[in-house]
Amino acid sequence: MWKYLLRRSLYAIFTVWVISILAFAVIQLPPGDYVTDLVNQLRSQAGEVSPEWEARMRAMYGFDDPFIVQYWKWIRNIIFRGEFGYSFFYRRDAGVMIMERLPMSFALSFSSLMFVWAVALPIGFYSAVRRYSMVDYFASFIGFFGMSIPNFLLALMVLFFTYKYMGGAVIGLFSEEYANAPWSWGKFMDLMSNIWVPMIIIGISSTAGLIRTMRANLLDELNKPYVETARAKGLSEARLLIKYPLRHALNPFISTIGWMLPGLVSGETIVSMVLNLPTSGPVLFNALIRQDQYVAAGFILMLSTLTVIGTFISDVALAWVDPRIRLQ
Amino acid sequence: MENYDMTPISATGSIVGEDSLGLEVASQWKLMWWKFRKHKLAMVSGALVIFFYIVALFCEFFAPNVPTTYLDIYATAPPQPIRLFYNGRWMPHVLGLKFDRDPISLRKTWVTDEEDVVPIGLFVRGDPYRLWGLIPSDIHLFGSKEPDAPFYLLGADMIGRDVFSRVIYSSRISLTVGLVGMVIALTIGILLGGISGLVGGALDNIIQRVIEILMSIPTLPVWLALAAVVPIHWPALRVYFMISIILSLVSWTGMARVVRSKFLALREEDFVRAAILDGCSQVRLIMKHMLPSFMSHIIASVTLWIPGLILGETALSFLGLGLRPPVVSWGVMLQDSQKVAVIARYPWLLAPGAAVFLVVLALNFLGDGLRDAADPY
Repeated sequence: MWKYLLRRSLYAIFTVWVISILAFAVIQLPPGDYVTDLVNQLRSQAGEVSPEWEARMRAMYGFDDPFIVQYWKWIRNIIFRGEFGYSFFYRRDAGVMIMERLPMSFALSFSSLMFVWAVALPIGFYSAVRRYSMVDYFASFIGFFGMSIPNFLLALMVLFFTYKYMGGAVIGLFSEEYANAPWSWGKFMDLMSNIWVPMIIIGISSTAGLIRTMRANLLDELNKPYVETARAKGLSEARLLIKYPLRHALNPFISTIGWMLPGLVSGETIVSMVLNLPTSGPVLFNALIRQDQYVAAGFILMLSTLTVIGTFISDVALAWVDPRIRLQ
Repeated sequence: MENYDMTPISATGSIVGEDSLGLEVASQWKLMWWKFRKHKLAMVSGALVIFFYIVALFCEFFAPNVPTTYLDIYATAPPQPIRLFYNGRWMPHVLGLKFDRDPISLRKTWVTDEEDVVPIGLFVRGDPYRLWGLIPSDIHLFGSKEPDAPFYLLGADMIGRDVFSRVIYSSRISLTVGLVGMVIALTIGILLGGISGLVGGALDNIIQRVIEILMSIPTLPVWLALAAVVPIHWPALRVYFMISIILSLVSWTGMARVVRSKFLALREEDFVRAAILDGCSQVRLIMKHMLPSFMSHIIASVTLWIPGLILGETALSFLGLGLRPPVVSWGVMLQDSQKVAVIARYPWLLAPGAAVFLVVLALNFLGDGLRDAADPY
């Protein structure tokens, strides 16, 4: 188990490292940099900007350094000082901006995951036990429905209905009086009472897949001889189901976190943009458009790191539950 | 209930029984077809998907108007429902529109003009177009018989362009962005998955790690970052290919995994061993014996992945980072409906969203049916 844990954590660290290079490289791809933007802006407003000043600015920000040097400075500051650089657009510390937004993203993605589980587990279970029943058909129809509607469109439609029929109620994570208030029990409860709308919008697209996985796995188990044996021995149907097949079919539930998390984080990004939630989505989007490179790179790095950590936890949990995996 | 999955085989059995020769061999594809046929929803969806692609192929003919014509006096005109009878006589028509001012809000509102009857017909002459940019024509499947009278089946957009025609034209772009991306993803996926599964060892390990890394990155932020790189001054066609490449960059990983696991499983099969013992060359072994046996799985996976690419393009274009006007795609059209106040007043601007939903739903059902049928044994 320890060996497995060590190997997995090394993989996770390696993955984060590669992602950090990718994130930084992608941000550097567009031609020009912040100084180009700044100079253009100054020229259009105030007239002349001397080339010397431009060169000095560039040297100050280190934009002339080769990629490796820039990357090293960036990642060194993140690792050793926890500094993510400077937001050129907002003229603020990028790290502070990330820390403001990231926990909300995490809360939203995590609660969406919980929602998916809470819905998919009982429905998948029921669909497998009562195969081809009305509930089975209905569940798979709803599942396909959620899978096929783009989540930003669903968000738009929810906005539309609240706007039109609920007197322009605003969908957000907090009510007005709590939006800028410091954290308190009241603010937490307020968050809980508001989070469910975006949570369902984000979660519903992943629900179908998980219901099907759950159903297929349980069906596989139900056809195995040991279930027949248990039934022949006179075990009650409920006890029979819960004792073994269900436990067995739960494994994929844990392993699916790995592939569901990136999807949920993606969904969170775009839905937050449409609903204008105080999470990373809107800020990341702005940063990408404005070439606010440290903010954008920081957000991509941190969102991916969260996903990798989630996958790591699911791998470890799976190994803990299923001995066949850790002994491999 | 338990016999459900066995029926295709008993169907074969009954055919064998009726056959006077006593023996008939059904190919794998035939078995799959029999099994697929039983999945009614998938059959309907398959027909729907084919229909959508035909519309996309001949969009110039199916759309009543050209997507660029606009009548600014009819900006934000509401949908005009088709009425079939006029004074008890069969005459498909729509009622004309005139506008009025709301006495309280002073806002422009549209009212139908009962006097103004615009007859609708099949194969009418309308805006001239070139089919596939080559064949000149002006015949449209249906449309208004009076060239000056507008016909907005799904309403008009902010500058008076026909939403219905634009949805139809968009299908060509939106449905093919997925296909181009899929071809790229398929090539990379089969190549790397094949190498990974066949060669194994250190190379397999490296490829698997790369796939794991790519899979753990949340797609949308990366798509956004890459799409933000595409220069604004690029011509539309180049942006189109760039976007499909960006979309495929992430999706090949799943395909590579499927291919790898299939190769790994097949390596142990008797017929593959026999082929190796017979002195079959590597290329022949792969092309003749292994690839055909999991082709069906690949087709099913492809059908299930195209929706993801379509949704990806729509999301990117919706955010303004994907395709850009004058190109029309469903995502580009949805850009108009980013503001709630706009949708609340002109809900028909969400029509392209309904198109996305229908296509993706049909593709999902079709893919699901294909996946079930892919293994007929």
